[in-house]
Amino acid sequence: MSLLRLEPRGQASKAMVYATPLLAVALTLASGFILFLLLGFDPLKALYAFFVAPLTSTRGVGELIVKATPLVLCAVGLAIGFRANVWNIGAEGQLTIGAITGGGLALAFYGDGGWWLLPLMVIGGAAGGAAWAAVPAFLRLRFNASEILTSLMLNYVALLLLNYLVHGPFRDPDGFAFPESRLFEADAVMPILWSGTRVHLGALFALLAVAGGWVLMARTFIGFQIKVIGLTPAAAGYAGFDQKRIIWFALLLSGALAGLAGMGEVAGPIGQINASISPGYGYTAIIVAFLGRLHPVGILLAGLLMALSFIGGEAAQIAMNLPKAITGVFQGMLLFFLLASDVLIRYRVRFGARRAVA
Amino acid sequence: MSDLAILGSILAAMFAAATPLLFAALGELVVEKSGVLNLGVEGMMLVGAVCGFAVTVQTGSATTGLVVAALAGAATSSLFALLTLFLLANQVATGLALTLFGVGLSALIGQGFVGIPLEGLPKLNIPGLTDLPVVGQALFGQDILVYLAIAAVPLVHLFLYHSRAGLVLRAVGENHTAAHALGYKVLRIRFLAVLFGGAMAGLGGAFLSMDYTPMWAENMTSGRGWIALALVVFATWKPARVMLGAWLFGGVTILQLHVQGMGVEVPSQLLSMLPYLATVLVLVLISRDVARIRLNAPASLGKLFHPDA
Repeated sequence: MSLLRLEPRGQASKAMVYATPLLAVALTLASGFILFLLLGFDPLKALYAFFVAPLTSTRGVGELIVKATPLVLCAVGLAIGFRANVWNIGAEGQLTIGAITGGGLALAFYGDGGWWLLPLMVIGGAAGGAAWAAVPAFLRLRFNASEILTSLMLNYVALLLLNYLVHGPFRDPDGFAFPESRLFEADAVMPILWSGTRVHLGALFALLAVAGGWVLMARTFIGFQIKVIGLTPAAAGYAGFDQKRIIWFALLLSGALAGLAGMGEVAGPIGQINASISPGYGYTAIIVAFLGRLHPVGILLAGLLMALSFIGGEAAQIAMNLPKAITGVFQGMLLFFLLASDVLIRYRVRFGARRAVA
Repeated sequence: MSDLAILGSILAAMFAAATPLLFAALGELVVEKSGVLNLGVEGMMLVGAVCGFAVTVQTGSATTGLVVAALAGAATSSLFALLTLFLLANQVATGLALTLFGVGLSALIGQGFVGIPLEGLPKLNIPGLTDLPVVGQALFGQDILVYLAIAAVPLVHLFLYHSRAGLVLRAVGENHTAAHALGYKVLRIRFLAVLFGGAMAGLGGAFLSMDYTPMWAENMTSGRGWIALALVVFATWKPARVMLGAWLFGGVTILQLHVQGMGVEVPSQLLSMLPYLATVLVLVLISRDVARIRLNAPASLGKLFHPDA
């Protein structure tokens, strides 16, 4: 018998559900300490530059919210799907399409906008993202094709489409052949919520998504169906729940939220359509969803933390010339540690040989 | 160039473009046959690509680079194995984590190596044969990895279907509880399978960075790891069909490049979508036959196994 073994708990530990994300963050920071040491940086200074310094100014806190906005929007939708075992990993593509459709409306009505333009863009962005997510939903239900692979393939297609558009039809006619669109007019820009920062209306949408997601999962029948399907698909079948409808619902909703996030980026901090809308928000949102325990409120906290890893990476690059790629390593490590420590929810770690069963 | 010469170079390029897919997909096939779904192929390929490249640049020895690439891929996959096999983490989530981690780690390792050119691997040259029209370059003018990938197809087939170890591996993938009851070490067998998959993905990645486009760039696999995963489904878990699928995708990739090169009036970005759209298309075509997928997919694929439970 090995010295270390896992013993199933009778019941999943509620305390561990909340403790393991914190444990994962602590382990990530400890690994970061070692990583910085290996790279030849003063680890304490580097960790400070990465995780604390960005929060010492109003601008920094504002940027945190700006970056958390798309992460939370995407992750709330993804988490609802993950709960129902619908693995949409195409949020990056859905976000990109939302930016194209929402931002495209701003360009289409360039010069003759009005108060109605921004609401139209919101709807357009959400509809674009939902339409993009409808493809994997349709292919899964009609042809049994894995939504994991189809939604991921569509990410590449969406990015190439964006690239084509900013080099072609969307390119600023008065620009110097830069691959970017005109700057949006005032009618097509998200209002700023907190003056002196770039925090925009999208942050409010993200909060609404969190609240809506909570109500949906905790208080509605469809949320109940989602949970049952995820936990025991067979029971859902006996209960007569329409699994097809849930798959449609999960994908369309997460697509719409991701599309909204993309629209918010081009109409918010970016202010135009260019080839680099997202530094991988759609992928990081997967981590946010898990770190937040697939729970909307948890996702809000996790979104802020992952946003910190983005701005921390940038800040540390400027302050200490730390390689920017560290952000990705941190994010990946965090998810690893979380998944590893989640074993504690359902198992106890026991040392020594197995006791005789009474 | 004459039409025949163009055809010859297209054929040669097709085999080369298929090679990274063939490595990665064959590795993943063995992993899935043992009942494990590792979605981290893209991440393992990237780590293999950057490690192979970096070591080759540093040591000047491509052989060392390739060995290190395979080891690096295997080491990356061991993280996945540790989490899913011994800590019982969800395989889908862990595979995604492996890809996200691999993207970040490879970018970090490779930051000092961007823009450095590498010579690429030496190509076979058999006077007379390599100069044959059309097929000469394709069949007799490739480098060692292309032949190695093709040779791996019958080897994997022999292992899986004509060796005792392969039989045990398949048994574990079909029904881990029964295999465990018979006394087979389910976790050890799966661990070895995952390591093999990682090494193969690492080699596939190294082929890209050391030979196909001999340089390092962030995210240079551009989705090939995911296409490899789709290929395994497309091949209904049969090695020979993986090869066909890889050639098909190599063909689509090369055709798309040639159409761009001929100056056809289609924007290059739209043509670049073709391999991804083709992946979706073949997935749809193969998956629609639910009975066939169910018949061929390892029955324990993606399910967790705890020996005490």
